[in-house]
Amino acid sequence: MPLDRSTIRRIARLARIRLEESEAERLRQELDGILAWVEMLNSVDVSEVAPMTGAITIGLKMRPDIVTDGGDADLVLGNAPERVGDFYTVPKVVE
Amino acid sequence: MSYHIEGRDGPWEIVVGMEVHAQIISNAKLFSGAATAFGAPPNSQVSLVDAAFPGMLPVINRECVAQAVLSGLGLNAAINLRSRFDRKNYFYADLPAGYQISQYQEPLVGKGALSIELADGSTREIGITRLHIEQDAGKSLHDQHPSKSYIDLNRAGVALMEIVSEPDIRSPEEAGLYLRKLRTILRYLGTCDGNMEEGSLRADVNVSVRRPGEGLRTRCEVKNVNSVRFVMQAIEAEAHRQVEVWEAGGEVLQETRLFDPARGATRSMRSKEEAHDYRYFPDPDLVPLTLDPAWIEELRSALPELPDAKKARFMAEYGLSAYDASQLVAEAPTADYFETLAKGRRAKAVANLMLGDIQAALNRLGQSFAATPTFPSEAVGALLDMIEDGTINGRIAKEVIEEMEASGEGPRAVVARKGLCQVTDTAAIEEAVTAVLARESAKVAEYRAGKEKLFGYFVGQVMKAMGGKGNPALVNETLKKRLA
Repeated sequence: MPLDRSTIRRIARLARIRLEESEAERLRQELDGILAWVEMLNSVDVSEVAPMTGAITIGLKMRPDIVTDGGDADLVLGNAPERVGDFYTVPKVVE
Repeated sequence: MSYHIEGRDGPWEIVVGMEVHAQIISNAKLFSGAATAFGAPPNSQVSLVDAAFPGMLPVINRECVAQAVLSGLGLNAAINLRSRFDRKNYFYADLPAGYQISQYQEPLVGKGALSIELADGSTREIGITRLHIEQDAGKSLHDQHPSKSYIDLNRAGVALMEIVSEPDIRSPEEAGLYLRKLRTILRYLGTCDGNMEEGSLRADVNVSVRRPGEGLRTRCEVKNVNSVRFVMQAIEAEAHRQVEVWEAGGEVLQETRLFDPARGATRSMRSKEEAHDYRYFPDPDLVPLTLDPAWIEELRSALPELPDAKKARFMAEYGLSAYDASQLVAEAPTADYFETLAKGRRAKAVANLMLGDIQAALNRLGQSFAATPTFPSEAVGALLDMIEDGTINGRIAKEVIEEMEASGEGPRAVVARKGLCQVTDTAAIEEAVTAVLARESAKVAEYRAGKEKLFGYFVGQVMKAMGGKGNPALVNETLKKRLA
């Protein structure tokens, strides 16, 4: 399925990537090429194969319900571009 | 009787499905070792996993999985031995990773059902589509600063269950009952505290309207409604809005809306227009979750008696009405309190007193049967025993309860201090009856002439003359004899 430019713009917007109009066509062609390449996989008949989500066969490891972390707001906020007290602050996002 | 909205040219039916987010009770978060307690200082319960620092990896909390499985079992739902985590991608300041770890294609719990009891006594099954586990987001505070939002990540990463119903709900009443019942079941199971004010239980409501017999029309999602009453109001308001749109020849657009309780109306959340494109994909940090059937059976064997079963047992074992039984089982501590009192006492009398005067007093005190220093079960038991053995009558019991409420004393102390013992002395009753009949000779003549409903009046006058303490049966008997 070939991509159109409006799809490219939508993907960029959802990913919060600013896209110049001049870049859209180049990206469209690149992504189209990548998708076409990946679509080769569709030629393999997998109707008898269960979907696989990873190459690891072990189950998910679980941990006990014990509090072992937290309690260090300064560590968490250490890289914050802006803070007030122990809050992160960001430009106001409100409906 | 079915619920309809009367349109300009004929009735409309409503179709509602609910997505409830219930915070799982656990000590630590779903994928990190940070604490979950409500109300801690900002960012004091945050691990670097929750704050999405590069390279931090999630490790799932076994207790959260157990709680979700228990909830599934409590909803008579199928537990999937294999489930999977997906990333739900969106940008918001209180979601540091830019995605929420959720379960999209392979949820932990599949189809189940819950039954609700309508006001007319009939019951309806509401289907549960699925239950999955996911992370909560952090909390944004928008009112602290003119141009900034404050972000607290304490809630980020706390385990949630999203419980999705089938679009089986047909009225605001049913929606309220569904949410209440779900809350009751989760509280019985101890998997969610159900506290809607603190946000432990939040509902998204999908509403559409249609002409009877039609297929489904476009629905709107009303997000984050935080009380049972608001859920009912939001559905009503949204359904009426949609009827108006259709009847004006317009078209309802699928969108996310917010309910404004002050205005009693919903409004569009335009910012969410694009947010539905979540680009889910399997989380590469987490392999599929596979559960041992033996563990599930172990959890099943630990299930407590659930409200429907308890209600049926209360009706069979104690001979209670469906209504009383429903009231008593709504909260597990209330049911336990009842059973403690009902041992060796008349169950109906226990239920009446608990659900009547005691409940009213607890409401005034802001207490509940779960924890009441004023009306511990021993005190109420003593009160019931005094009514039963004739020490006091039902009317005086009410006075005793009010006095207990005001002074915090036990019932026997109140009765002794205020001299409230019922008068069973026949001579005293005879005396009061004689006085009343002498004073009311005109009415006595009317009564004898056939106006029999005056009997109640005489009883009232005698009781009044005796300060309410006369034994009602003896007063009746004496009056009957004297008026014969």
